[in-house]
Amino acid sequence: MRILLEHFSKSFGAVKVIEDMTLEIKDGEMLALLGPSGCGKSTTLFAICGIHRVTSGRILFGDRDVTNVPSQERNVGVVFQSYALYPHMTVADNIAFPLRIRKMPEAEVKRQVEEIAGLVHIEGLLGRRPAELSGGQQQRVALARALVRRPNVLLLDEPLANLDAKLRLEMRSEIRRIQLETGITAILVTHDQVEAMSMCDRIAIMNAGEIIQIATPQEMYRNPRTAFVAGFLGNPPIAFIEAEARDGSLAVKNADIRLPVPKNATVPPDGTPVIIGIRPESLGTEGDATIRGRVSFIETQGRENLYDITLENGSVLRSIQRVRDDIALDDVVEWKVRSDDIFLFAENGERL
Amino acid sequence: MIGHLRTWPIVLALTIVSAPLVLMYVFLFVDTISNAPAGSFIPNEFTLEHWSFLWETRPGRPSIWRVTLNSFLFATSTAALVLVISSMAGYVLSRLNVPGRTYFLAGVMVLHAFPAITLIVAIFLVLQVVGLYNTLIGVILVKAAIDMPLGIWLMKGFYDTVPWEIEMAGIQDGASRFTVWRKLVLPQVKPGIFALGLFAFLLGWGEFILPQVLAPSGNAQVLSVYLAGLIADDNNFDMNMFKSVGLFYMMPVLILFFVFQNRLMNIYGGGSKG
Repeated sequence: MRILLEHFSKSFGAVKVIEDMTLEIKDGEMLALLGPSGCGKSTTLFAICGIHRVTSGRILFGDRDVTNVPSQERNVGVVFQSYALYPHMTVADNIAFPLRIRKMPEAEVKRQVEEIAGLVHIEGLLGRRPAELSGGQQQRVALARALVRRPNVLLLDEPLANLDAKLRLEMRSEIRRIQLETGITAILVTHDQVEAMSMCDRIAIMNAGEIIQIATPQEMYRNPRTAFVAGFLGNPPIAFIEAEARDGSLAVKNADIRLPVPKNATVPPDGTPVIIGIRPESLGTEGDATIRGRVSFIETQGRENLYDITLENGSVLRSIQRVRDDIALDDVVEWKVRSDDIFLFAENGERL
Repeated sequence: MIGHLRTWPIVLALTIVSAPLVLMYVFLFVDTISNAPAGSFIPNEFTLEHWSFLWETRPGRPSIWRVTLNSFLFATSTAALVLVISSMAGYVLSRLNVPGRTYFLAGVMVLHAFPAITLIVAIFLVLQVVGLYNTLIGVILVKAAIDMPLGIWLMKGFYDTVPWEIEMAGIQDGASRFTVWRKLVLPQVKPGIFALGLFAFLLGWGEFILPQVLAPSGNAQVLSVYLAGLIADDNNFDMNMFKSVGLFYMMPVLILFFVFQNRLMNIYGGGSKG
């Protein structure tokens, strides 16, 4: 079902958390609300499921205005970060709870519980209690409980934050598989850009209560609208250096480095201070511009190495390259940058 | 072995300290089933005459079974009242946005700080006017009201440890706020309910001053008042029977403690698992 937030605002007392946000989630799409802690992403989630009342604006499920509909009648499935399973009930009773509340006949409840348990692969655990399950299994139960009543929309609040690294990888693809199989509209709240990029159709990136950019993960990575977006996506992260426009090219501040203006940017007038963003994979052995610096740190990542290089003005750039033996700490290197892969931002962070 | 050597002084010290207590209880028991010659501690004959109150009602006194039933009714009713009201009030004060919540909680605490005895004259008058003087119901209501602040605070503490997410999940699953409380939250505070119920029962069982003043005679008399009546009776003074009734009075408490001591400890722990 299509979900629409129209001019949605939320404040707690005098604190305005979200002001005039408009966001559309398409039918059957999985959308990530990505942002740092305190940016208002959970507040948005709680407004959609009805736990928080909106201060102003409207929320529509399909064509139905649910702004003032109580949570119980919105039919929203929520998976909480802590899973919030009912500790005193067995897995089967947990999943059956929403159905029993709706006074569904017991035979039908049993059938549906078994069906959904099959979908999330927990058939063998139905008789257990939540305390007897691993984190990944609890997560699956929480998903099953949220999905069993065929909700209009599935909300996932940091669902992977409590899992260890290996399980997180597994559940990432599991959640996506289940979402695709059921075709349900889903919203994932996360502060982890990897989760957002790997699981979702589109990402809405938020900061300080505002949506900065909505795009597909690929588009957002290739074409960030602001320096904040560029800094949030990518691991290892992008590095920024200060520069100034001079004679149609970019002169790095306090350093003898000149970079051409990338094709994707408009040439700023001379003397404009700018910020250059260079992703670690854009700095290395190929390219049309040269950057000179000292290797100040080498991080081994197995398949690749991450090199920090310190420029003469003190700024640090990162480069990720295949492991090479010819570079040692404190070597002075001249590495290439593909000028079309760098990003140019104004001082206020807006893309140029 | 070294461990044993180290602990024996502690064991010895504890034995010496607790010996008088143990001896007292042993003699309490021995005295109820034996007679000793005047001026001696050592019993010289076995008898059950001191327990005769169980099957013979003394003239001018109510039957022991009637009194026991009253005590039982008194303790269970106050416990039930305290439980029902505290488990609801505690939830409301822990979770709902009631206006003046902090003041209410502070007020409840102040009530708890008042010794009940300072209120007794006022309560006596109120019961007289309402017509509940010398009735079991009257004294049950008073006792429950006096125990309530502790119960409310205790239950609020237990509810505070229940994660909010469980309630949010219940609401999302379509349950009303009341159903959420009844089906999802209440089971999480079971240890608290149990401990509070047991405490309230024991408090009611042991209560003396309220029944003595508010329901002293007739059909409403409880065991503690009966016991006090025995020792106040100068005409047929029987120390050994007094001890027997005392032991009889203690027995349910001892049994409850032995059976449920682990659960009682819960009152200091509590909270939800998993």
